[in-house]
Amino acid sequence: MAHNDGIDGDDGQMGLQDNGTYRVPNRSSRTVDASMPPTSVNVSRGTGAVGAPLRSLVTVALGKAIRASLRLTRHGGSALPGKVVETFDPAFLARTLSSLPYGVVLVSGTNGKTTTTRMVASMLADLGLKVFTNPTGSNFTRGVVSALLTKVDMRGRLDADIAVLELDEAYAVRFVRQVRPRYALLLNVMRDQLDRFGEIDNTARLLGKVAQATDGTVVLNREDRRIRALASLVPQGSRVRYFGLSRELRSQFPSDDEMHAEDMAGVGPFGSLSVSSDATVLPDATREALGAVKADRAEQGADLCRKRQRGADVHADVVLTKSGPHHAGFTMDGTSFESDLRLDGLYNLYNAAAALATVRAVMDDAGMALRASMKQSASAVKRPEDCDADRVQNLDPRIMKALANVTPAFGRGETFDVGGVPVQLLLVKNPMGFRMSLASFPPQGCSTMIAINDDYADGRDMSWLWDVDFASLRRTGVEQVTGVRAWDMALRLEYDQVQVANVETDLPEALRGFLAAEPDKPKHVYCTYTAMLAIRAQLGKYADVPDAGVGR
Amino acid sequence: MTSDELSRPIDVVSLYPNDMNIYGDWGNVLTIERRLTLYGFQPRVHAYNQGDAWPEHVDIILGGGGQDTGQEKISDDLFKRADTLRGLASQGVPMLMICGLYQLFGDYFDTVDGNRLPGIGILGVYTEGQEHRMIGNLTESSDQFGSIVGYENHSGQTFLRDGVQALGTVEHEGTGNNGVDHTEGARVGNVIGTYMHGSLLPKNPKISDFLIRTAVTSRYGEFKPTGNAEQRAQLEHIDAIATKAAKVVMTRPR
Repeated sequence: MAHNDGIDGDDGQMGLQDNGTYRVPNRSSRTVDASMPPTSVNVSRGTGAVGAPLRSLVTVALGKAIRASLRLTRHGGSALPGKVVETFDPAFLARTLSSLPYGVVLVSGTNGKTTTTRMVASMLADLGLKVFTNPTGSNFTRGVVSALLTKVDMRGRLDADIAVLELDEAYAVRFVRQVRPRYALLLNVMRDQLDRFGEIDNTARLLGKVAQATDGTVVLNREDRRIRALASLVPQGSRVRYFGLSRELRSQFPSDDEMHAEDMAGVGPFGSLSVSSDATVLPDATREALGAVKADRAEQGADLCRKRQRGADVHADVVLTKSGPHHAGFTMDGTSFESDLRLDGLYNLYNAAAALATVRAVMDDAGMALRASMKQSASAVKRPEDCDADRVQNLDPRIMKALANVTPAFGRGETFDVGGVPVQLLLVKNPMGFRMSLASFPPQGCSTMIAINDDYADGRDMSWLWDVDFASLRRTGVEQVTGVRAWDMALRLEYDQVQVANVETDLPEALRGFLAAEPDKPKHVYCTYTAMLAIRAQLGKYADVPDAGVGR
Repeated sequence: MTSDELSRPIDVVSLYPNDMNIYGDWGNVLTIERRLTLYGFQPRVHAYNQGDAWPEHVDIILGGGGQDTGQEKISDDLFKRADTLRGLASQGVPMLMICGLYQLFGDYFDTVDGNRLPGIGILGVYTEGQEHRMIGNLTESSDQFGSIVGYENHSGQTFLRDGVQALGTVEHEGTGNNGVDHTEGARVGNVIGTYMHGSLLPKNPKISDFLIRTAVTSRYGEFKPTGNAEQRAQLEHIDAIATKAAKVVMTRPR
């Protein structure tokens, strides 16, 4: 795909520059009729302007033909069919998705989109809904169109009850200009690839447009102040629900703003470096002198903690209360639940809270709609299996069971067995995500590799590595550093006084060496997106690696 | 001998770290802190945010980039401290200002919306907003520092007043201060302003050492590292890695 898509830097309406071949859609003509009631389940199939069915026939035939010819020429992962269809029939997306009885769930935010989308889709499917979702990594509108083309019949109809779509922030705005989601799950705003989005507040504004366009329920992260503030933008008639953290867990999830403040409170790279209790790092006199600095910093940190408490006043529908290895506890509407999960890591478990809140919102509506439809004996509604109104009251245990079946998303905590030793891939994209991963997977007893590339999908700017605190790796050191920017990473680790055993920019060679060294030790591989794809492909030589269905 | 002369502290001010730290600017603070330690000095980092007391002693000031909201938030306080900062600059205190604070250390920044954000006028530069952002890996040449590598990301076009020296020159149009005149950054006395982050200082140890030498010489009369053999070896090791990292940057696309 074209990696030179840039931001156009206007008031946050980030359209892509598609070499002039595609105009930003005219808002009024492409917006789905906003009069569609949020809980209505009686939407007739194939709505649209006169002539739309005919157009669908041609569009779908065209799209499928392009796809088929691409398959023949072995361009499996191409978004070209989507591109052609977007140009030929710009209303295809809106027309197709508007036929879904339970509407669209849009998932966006900086971190955790893929994992959370997978959780929501998997749980809804477990609960009996027929779910359409976009495949991993195609979180652009065009990817959604391409994915739809593979699923619709020749008349352009999608056989599904609900769509769960992951969209990155800029594309989410483009998407909601065409389709009003019934549900929006907005996860967080953190500094990501700033070379793509510009600024964090701008990113929040983009998500604000999604909140404004959602006509059912907006699910928000209570602990992220920028996301929490979006509640004021939710249109009248739409509802807001929150997911959150218990007081005990809140301290383990610093927000983006606090990330730096906590550095200054003596827990970050500088704090731990300057005020280290490790006598070998600095002489006593130095540590004593720095004590005063630490006190100042601690005070700043405390001030931020007090600010954060304000968020706790807001009631959260789902609260993560407990986090252990493959185990989590949640409170939902005051009732506690605990479960073993196939997911792992504090961070994924918080995403699970987000998914739970969203699934509950959908199932509540589904239950209400069913009760309403049963009263009217309307048969137009397709009844989700297991979803009869009597049992809706007692949904939470079943939702928890559905959560227990969710497996980690592609490259996000996926574990492979290499000669009897677990090798875990941990995708890292930005400082907060990297920090959370480091906190979620303690390095003791494991060997660590870090692979950093700087392709467009990884982010070209390496600055973000300097916002990650690597002190937790000081004791074990890092066995192998690799990727195009291996030397940047090695330099970063040196400044955090983390020993690096090997630096090798050639990724296959590095992986070979890493797996061979200390063959009995479990392994953690932190990797940026394209490095993860490359490592996953290489791992196929050593382990059983399922095809993830995305291009290299 | 006073206790200061024994422990040889160097006071480093991190300017508005809560609001102006967007591009890994912490890496610059960390680099100065670590290198001072390895040279045998005692770094004392002061995080100065709006409303804080100004540190009693200041040897180096480091400032970073921010969002528009960050620039607005610190603007009032920056003007309150403008005389202090101008005084320190004229005394030769070394300073490094990246991106947003580079702009605010200039005369003014006219935004695309037609607003004028006044600067404190330490660097003789002015900035005009434009729609187009200049983003990407960049290498510039400087007589004093050789090749400087980094990553720029700004929409403002910055122009140097007559007689103001650039930090370095860039080869390609569309890069650097304004995309037109092949300059990047500015240098007035010991104050450096630049759009280069990435972070700048770890990857360009010559600039780090310029700031450190200038600060130490000014405070203690001479730059005399007292790091032990192990610390010297560590510095060499770090610098060898920095050289390799810089070489990679030069080969990467924008």
